[in-house]
Order: sequence, then structure tokens, then C-alpha cells
Amino acid sequence: MTGALLQVEGLSKTYVGRMSLVGRLLGRRPTAVRAVSDVSLDIERGEILGLIGESGCGKSTLGRAILRLHEPSAGRVTFDGTDVTALSPAAMTAMRRRMQIIFQDPYASLNPRRTVADIVGLPLQLHGLASGRAAQRETVAEMLEKVGLKAGQIDRYPHQFSGGQRQRIGIARALISRPDFVVCDEPVSALDVSIQAQIIQLLQDLKREFALTYLFISHDISVIGYLADRVAVMYLGEIVEQGPVEAVLSRPRHPYTQSLLSAVPKVEATARTDRVRLTGDLPSPLNPPSGCKFHTRCPLAIDICRRSAPHRETVGQGHDAACHRLHEGLSITDGGSAA
Amino acid sequence: MSRPLLQVRGLRTVFDTRAGRVCAVDGVDVTVEPGECLGVVGESGSGKSVTFASVMGLIRPPGRIEAGEILFDGVDLRQLSRRQMQAVRGRDIAMTMQDALTALNPALTVGTQIAEMLEAHDDELPRGGPARARAIRARAVEMLGLVGIPSPDDRLKQYPHEFSGGMRQRIMIAIALASKPRLLIADEPTTALDVTIQAQVLELIDDIRARLGMSVVLITHDLGVVAQHCDRVIVMYAGQVVEEGPTAAVIGSPRHPYTRGLLASIPRPALRGQPIRPIEGQVPELIDLPPQCRFHARCPEAGPDCLRPIEMRRVGPGRQVRCIRTPAEAGP
Repeated sequence: MTGALLQVEGLSKTYVGRMSLVGRLLGRRPTAVRAVSDVSLDIERGEILGLIGESGCGKSTLGRAILRLHEPSAGRVTFDGTDVTALSPAAMTAMRRRMQIIFQDPYASLNPRRTVADIVGLPLQLHGLASGRAAQRETVAEMLEKVGLKAGQIDRYPHQFSGGQRQRIGIARALISRPDFVVCDEPVSALDVSIQAQIIQLLQDLKREFALTYLFISHDISVIGYLADRVAVMYLGEIVEQGPVEAVLSRPRHPYTQSLLSAVPKVEATARTDRVRLTGDLPSPLNPPSGCKFHTRCPLAIDICRRSAPHRETVGQGHDAACHRLHEGLSITDGGSAA
Repeated sequence: MSRPLLQVRGLRTVFDTRAGRVCAVDGVDVTVEPGECLGVVGESGSGKSVTFASVMGLIRPPGRIEAGEILFDGVDLRQLSRRQMQAVRGRDIAMTMQDALTALNPALTVGTQIAEMLEAHDDELPRGGPARARAIRARAVEMLGLVGIPSPDDRLKQYPHEFSGGMRQRIMIAIALASKPRLLIADEPTTALDVTIQAQVLELIDDIRARLGMSVVLITHDLGVVAQHCDRVIVMYAGQVVEEGPTAAVIGSPRHPYTRGLLASIPRPALRGQPIRPIEGQVPELIDLPPQCRFHARCPEAGPDCLRPIEMRRVGPGRQVRCIRTPAEAGP
């Protein structure tokens, strides 16, 4: 590893709701959702950082804010020494040759009216990477073979492919400009188990071949545990814990990480494991809880958790977590009362 | 064991399409014992949902059930009139759908939707008048409370969009359970949900099964869910059952190459650094399939002798496999 390829500092993304005329006249404040709140993280060159969290926690928004597909509200993203948040739109477009994304939904993310040659070839045109139509077709055909499709399928339309094959098309499109960094936004979540395994294998092979760095967003802890080097856990727009994947999965320190891990049904354990049942639903991000945002569902919450937000503290090598009760050595699996 | 609650024999459900005849379910046998939880695993297109839509009598043209018996408590549901089937559906067998948002009526309050079910199927209610309305309301409140919706009294007046995904799934379960069915078919009840909410919903189903003594069929693609909640499991592939047995045995020592492939495909933290071994290729098109092993094109163990119809064979106590590579248990 040769240092951080990507540095995210204090990144926030707030969506502001539209105001009615009456609301404006009455001087009301518009509703605002803070989807990503003051997130900082580093991604080393050549590593896979896994980002886990449940729906609505802001993990996809974070991925898109890093690429400025959604403009960040605050904070800075430095990519290979360049502050990308300060780039002009034209310079940002050029930078996207090196920063790409693979989307979750292989159905919605491909234009149904374009052939594979057009879809996968577009980045080449945008970045002026192909000299002439014939050369472009040839590059696309090579890329198709690399992602496990046939060069002969180049003139087909997306609907002529299965879900797994479409995801391969999305991967070809992301990699054809030879990027350094790819945001994989739930790339296998919409696929069946056996197809999912094929795509995971492919992403690993391509990472080696093209020396890629991934931000791998997923709600599936098994996938992250298998694939990632480090992992960051998000809850309601904040990173509550991050560290090396072995450490976080075997010794999770934040009660949210602990409950997330214990909720995953495991194939190995036929006997029912002692599960911690989180009560209640994810609070609305429109009206997030005070203090620690997890306190409304946390079995360990005490008074201070309702009043003040905890800061991230180091708990091991490269491992940190944000919880007021970190140093009491508690685990929610012992019911939380033992201290 | 007493008589099985549900016994499906030789079920074949086909859809006539312009491209040809799609045999979505081809010769499926399923047995559900009273009080048990049966897991049904398979990928998209395996026929798991169509099998149970057939049981519920929900197949509409161009689909039709071509052959087979569906015995519920000894009665062949295929012989019932539409009206008789309507009475069975909901009262004796209830089904919850994967997507609660589209399964619930957006224009009716949750209370109205539970009341509809009770009106149609609950024979213990008072005959009419305000006493009946009161009783229905009380039962609806009870059902919402049972599935863990806080302040059920107030929430009866709310519409589906006012609930979160996990709560909507629980409301659908409440509606399904309102008539105290003897069999609950839960089609991917947690696929759309986050893991922490998934755990809540599955524990709720376990809990109610134990309390009401009903049987549950859990249709899922997640072998982890099956491992933790089901007594027995059947594995489906391309419209057929390929393996059946007690969950621990099937997951612990899978006998069909497809089941083995599925288990090997699951990424696990314990396998870090080792390549996963995905099943190559994809599920075949179900149009005009030749009568041969349907997995052979993707199977690492396939040979020319697999290109003929393969029957299920017994390979152990309660275990059956549709594969000629698996030695059959020596018969008595």
C-alpha cells in the first residue's frame, strides 16, 4: 500500500425540501434531510473498503457525493492529491475517467434503446480515448470478453441479456476508461445467489488485473466480510465504527454493529444463536434523534446518550467507534445490564 | 405422524406464451406436516412461488394447472368450486406476498383491510349490529398488537403508506393471521427488509406458529434464513424439486450438485482470500425443455447418462434427491 488514494474529510450532504408559498410568507424554514453527516474516511490504494448499513442510512448518497454525482453540501474529497470538490464541472467530468461507479440495478442503469457497443463505448467517446469508430468497437469487444461476455454480443440491446449479464455490461462500462477507483454500489444485491458469486469473483479478478481500488457499498455483511479489507458501518448518515474487517466482524465495539452482526441468519449455525432483537424501526432522517442517533434502538443507552453525540475513539489498530460506553466492555449480547 | 396438512402430488403448472409452453412447475411433490415449518429454497425461475400460487388457486390464464393433486387435510382443492375455494383461501390457508406495499390496498385503512378478512372468514363473531362491529374492531386491535405494532388502537385508522416497510410486512402477516389459518404461506416475507427488521419479522412468525400451532411454508432464496427457522427444506431448480430433507442434514451434507453449488456460492467471511466457486452459466429457459436433468448444463458431474428423465430417489431418512450420481439408499 502506498498511502491513501482517496481522502474524505467532513463530507455532508443535505437535501432541502421545497417550500410552499405560504410557508415562505410565514418565514418557515424548509425541511432538510441530512443524508450524510460529517463523514471522514480514507481509502488506501489497492484496497477494498466495505461500507455497510441498512436502507436509508446514507451509504449510496455517500458514494455518489464522493463522485460528485450528488454535489456535497460540505466537506472535501481528495483523490490522488487533487481536491475534487474544488474542480470545475468540466475538470470533474475529465476526472471521472479515473473515478467510476457500478450501480445496483442492472435493469434501470442501462439505456434500453442503446446497443452494448454504444453503452460501453460512451466513456471512450466522452474522454476521447478511441480514435475512430472501428478502434472503439474493438476496445469495447475486448472489454466484453474481459467481463465474461462474448464479443459477438456487441450489437445487442440490454433486454436481450439476463440480470447477471447486464451487471457485466455495467462493469464493462465502468472499467473501459481504465479508472483507478470504482464505487461499487450494491452491485450484487439484485442478483440470485449463484449469479452473485460469479459477479463477486469477476470483480475480484478485475481488481487484480486493472489494479483497482473499490469502495464497496452493501447491506450484506457476508459479502463485505468475504471481500473487503476494511469496513465502515453507517447509521443514519454517520459512520459509527470502522476498522480492519476481521477486527470489526469478530470484535464489533459499537452496539449497532453488534446487533447488525447478530441479526444475520447464518447457514453454519443450525441451532438458533442468541439473537439481540433491536426494537423499533430506523428513525426518520427528517427528524433524527438527539445525542447519539442510535439511542432510540440501543439496549445499552443511558442518560448521556440522549444528550450528547459521541465522538469516534480508537479502540484498536486502525479500528475506531463512536459510543459513550465503549470503555465499559459491554456487549449487547449479555443483555446490557452486566457492567 | 398424523395425516399431512398439505400434500401436493405431481403438480404441473404451465403458461402458454407466444414463445412456447413454459412449464414453470413440473411434477412437484410437497408435504407439509401439522405444526412444521417447511423451507422452500430456489433462485428466480425455480417455480417456488408458482407452486404455492397453484396451491392457493391463484393461477390465472395464460397459466393453468395441467396435472396433479393438491390435498389439504385430505380434500383435493382442485375439485372445489370457486366459491368453496374462496372459503378455504384466507380461512384455512393464508399467503403473504413479498412486496407488502403492492399487496396492501393503498386506498383503505389498515383497520378496514383486517376487518374485511374477519368479515369474510370469522364465524365466531356476533351475527350483526353494533356488537359485531365492536367485536371486529377489538379483534383487529388484537391482531395488530400480536404482530407488535405499537399503539394499535390509533394505527388502525392509518393507511399503508404511513407505515415503514417492516411494519407493512407485519400488517400483511396480521391480515393473513386474522382468520387463524392452519397453514401460512410466506412468500419471501423478508427479502425487501433490512437484516435487523428481518430478524424481527421471522421471530414473529416463529412465535405465532408456536402459539397457534399452525404450519408455515417459508419461501426464500436465503439458505441462512432456512437454517435458522425451518425444520425441513426442499430445494427447487427450474420447476422441479431437486432435493428434500431435514434442514440440518441438507445443509450439513448436501447431496445434489445444485444444492452444493448454492452453498458454495454464498460468500462467507470465513472464506476470505479463497476463491468462491460459483455455479457456472445460468438457469435454463423453461420453454419446451427436453425431458432430462435440468441442471446438467451447469453441473460439474454431468455425463451423457444425465440426458434422460431423472426421478427423485430416497437417500436417507426423510431425504430425497433428483440425481443419478447420488447412490440410493439400499432398500429394505
